[in-house]
Amino acid sequence: MAEQLPDTFPRLLLHQAKTRPDRPAFREKDLGIWQTWTWAQVADEVRALACGLASLGFKRGDNLAMIGDNRPRLYWAMCAAQTLGGVAVPMYQDAVAEELSFVLQDAGIRYAIVEDQEQVDKLLEIRNQCPQLAHILYDDPRGLSHYARPGLQSLDAVMQAGRDWHARKPAFFVDKIASGRPDEVAVMLYTSGTTGKPKGVCQTHAAFIRAAESGCKFDRLRPEDNILSYLPMAWVGDHLFSYAQAMYVGFTVNCPESGDTVMTDMREIGPSYYFAPPRVFENLLTQVMIRMEDAGRLKRGMFHYFMKVARRCGAEIIDGKPVGLADRLLYALGNLLVYGPLRNVLGMSRIRVAYTAGAAIGPDLFRFYRSIGVNLKQLYGATETCAAVCLQPDRQIKFDTVGPPAPGVEVKIADGGEVLVRGDILLKEYYKRPDATAEALDASGYFHTGDAGYFDADGHLKIIDRAQDVGKLAGGALFAPNYIENKLKFSPYIREAVAFGPGRDRVCAFVNIDMGAVGDWAERRNLAYSGYTDLAQKNEVYELVRECVEKANAELAADPMLLESQVHRFLILHKELDPDDDELTRTRKVRRGLVAQKYAVLIEALYSGKISQFIETQIRFEDGRTGKISADLRIAEARTLGADAARSAA
Amino acid sequence: MTDARRTGKPILTVEEVSLSFGGVKALQGVSFDVLEHEIRAIIGPNGAGKSSMLNVINGVYHPQQGTIAFKGRKRHDVDPHEAAQQGIARTFQNIALFRGMTVLDNIMTGRNLKMKCNFLQQALYWGSAQREELEHRAKVEEIVDFLEIQHIRKTPVGRLPYGLQKRVELGRALAAEPTMLLLDEPMSGMNLEEKQDMSRFILDVNDQFGTTIVLIEHDMSVVMDISDRVVVLNYGRKIADGTPDEVRANPAVIDAYLGVAH
Repeated sequence: MAEQLPDTFPRLLLHQAKTRPDRPAFREKDLGIWQTWTWAQVADEVRALACGLASLGFKRGDNLAMIGDNRPRLYWAMCAAQTLGGVAVPMYQDAVAEELSFVLQDAGIRYAIVEDQEQVDKLLEIRNQCPQLAHILYDDPRGLSHYARPGLQSLDAVMQAGRDWHARKPAFFVDKIASGRPDEVAVMLYTSGTTGKPKGVCQTHAAFIRAAESGCKFDRLRPEDNILSYLPMAWVGDHLFSYAQAMYVGFTVNCPESGDTVMTDMREIGPSYYFAPPRVFENLLTQVMIRMEDAGRLKRGMFHYFMKVARRCGAEIIDGKPVGLADRLLYALGNLLVYGPLRNVLGMSRIRVAYTAGAAIGPDLFRFYRSIGVNLKQLYGATETCAAVCLQPDRQIKFDTVGPPAPGVEVKIADGGEVLVRGDILLKEYYKRPDATAEALDASGYFHTGDAGYFDADGHLKIIDRAQDVGKLAGGALFAPNYIENKLKFSPYIREAVAFGPGRDRVCAFVNIDMGAVGDWAERRNLAYSGYTDLAQKNEVYELVRECVEKANAELAADPMLLESQVHRFLILHKELDPDDDELTRTRKVRRGLVAQKYAVLIEALYSGKISQFIETQIRFEDGRTGKISADLRIAEARTLGADAARSAA
Repeated sequence: MTDARRTGKPILTVEEVSLSFGGVKALQGVSFDVLEHEIRAIIGPNGAGKSSMLNVINGVYHPQQGTIAFKGRKRHDVDPHEAAQQGIARTFQNIALFRGMTVLDNIMTGRNLKMKCNFLQQALYWGSAQREELEHRAKVEEIVDFLEIQHIRKTPVGRLPYGLQKRVELGRALAAEPTMLLLDEPMSGMNLEEKQDMSRFILDVNDQFGTTIVLIEHDMSVVMDISDRVVVLNYGRKIADGTPDEVRANPAVIDAYLGVAH
């Protein structure tokens, strides 16, 4: 493309509406049918939204919150806010009222666009804590017809007002877009906050467009590409892929019908470009494994046989490396019988490029998808860097690295091992937090990621863990908890794990079983149980988990660096770790400090050699009420390999 | 968060209805009325005659004495299909769905009365039959959306958990676009969260479609939150009738539920 591309998001929208007015821009499944909006239509809708917001007094510098599942109108609202010189502030839709209240106050939100009654109820509940919240606009009017509250109205009404406004002032929209500047803040994304309260990360048009551009060129994205947008809009990954890159390239964004229908919708759309955090890939694999267990013997045998073939040569074939003729033929047969149908079931038949990011992915999990022919790659980045620091190039995939720095991004490793980043994609500031900004951005313009890593011989970045999480065992061996946990979590039966060890002589772990997989397993064995707590404490389940832990131990023992990281003792928690109880972040990362503090007695019991421990925990239900759950937890030993040899050597 | 809803004139009047099976007197001289757009609950301990009352209203049982007036038309007895034609739909205490059929198909059966094409036209799926089918399907999709069961659209009902089956059954009743909906223990066997969901749906149905709802429930707490007025039966007799607060304070009701010390 020879001409200079537009430099703000509203200008990008006008550009797409002009160059490809009739191409589908957004799709949403509604009442069972995929509805389509072309780029020209989207420009019209954004204009109605922007003018409607203007009629409510929204002006330059205002922040507009959007809360809800991925709905086209919420994406358009971002562009509408940016048109008026405002800032889009997408929020996590499953956040409880209290968390929302913090962000609403911190960002000084006066205007909020929400999806439905559920979100309206939440906002009304916290309205007295957020007196500045003057306007609540809802997308779906269902159940809201009797709500008469000041400032509460439907998005339809606002857009109608916007159309009237446009009829009176036809030049308003275009003028506003013309007056926008690329160095203005376009979006504010709140960090998930593994540590402390969330901070608003301010990103400019220029930074996000730069990030979008680099990713799009890197993977040669085309307007014909399709993406399924189902991850929280407040997550930087979704903002980059579903908003910034879609606006930049002009590909089609598809919004699923509801959170529960993603699997079906994915199969119907067949996206060519896909991204998901490791957790989603993990869950998909778990489902596949469960279904295979239930399949007939022939199918099961075929699956296991060809998965063995795929493990042996699948990844090499997709990377274009030399593979023997016999394996090639076997793989082709497997592709016909197993991998192809499997990709089809997963909705991954048309995928050209898939990314995972957001957390470290277990190498085994990663290898599984690549070996069945899905071009899954890793990218590395943070909210503060528009998500795009390192990308893995096609055919240069390594399982344990995240690839070389993206074009135009400079990456340096500090003396302590921390990864530092410099480039156009960095945040402008943390909103109203000069102290935090100064801490993260140093004098020479480097952003401190807080991740520990190093470059390998090929110049690919390898991330080990959060810099603050990496520690040493009492014996001096390296302890990287995420790495251990990912090993454990590759088992379909283990949903979550927390490893402990720094300053101790050995590693112990908490485990959450996967209710779906273990429940299914129990059912097949006619094992009766009343709920999670009961199932988790069954002898049989402990045996099952012990096998998984010992398998992980065997893999850890294979790497001399990690020999000491084998899990000696473990227990299965009586409740699932939950973001509602602050144990996980909304992006489902473990809050280590909090978990360690909350379950201190359990950790003591793990290390003191006890065989069981009583615990009572407070839990919070989805509607905000609290309850108590208590149990006697059993503690089990797991066999470790070569530990004696290692200890006597030390 | 329900703001005041408008209720209208009586849509159903039950007068002095008595029903017995041989020597067992299931209902004895029960009278009450149901207003338009109202949520009316019938509660009572086990064996109080709640289900019998519901079965009398939609014509499964024919009372020996008394009359029932629906939309001003007085009658002594009526057959279930006539009741359905007049706009009365119902769900059952023990789910009565077609277990091997998908959720969509099950709800589609609720449209049965609205289908005008004959069997042959439908089998050929041509012309007006095709148009009609599409219209019905659109209507069914609205219900699927309303009840938030998009993810199980194509799942056979037999494979669904109990709570969802109950929701599908409600969907089938809604598909008939009834003026009055009879719900027989819509929340039995559900956990707290499912009960809350179901309550929400019942309120939404009442609110969105203006459907009059008569529901039987065993569990007092839920009913009291969502009903406008409550009838209490015990041993086939009406022992109380009024708003939830009035009923809750009524000594006869407390005795019936908690037992009396003699």
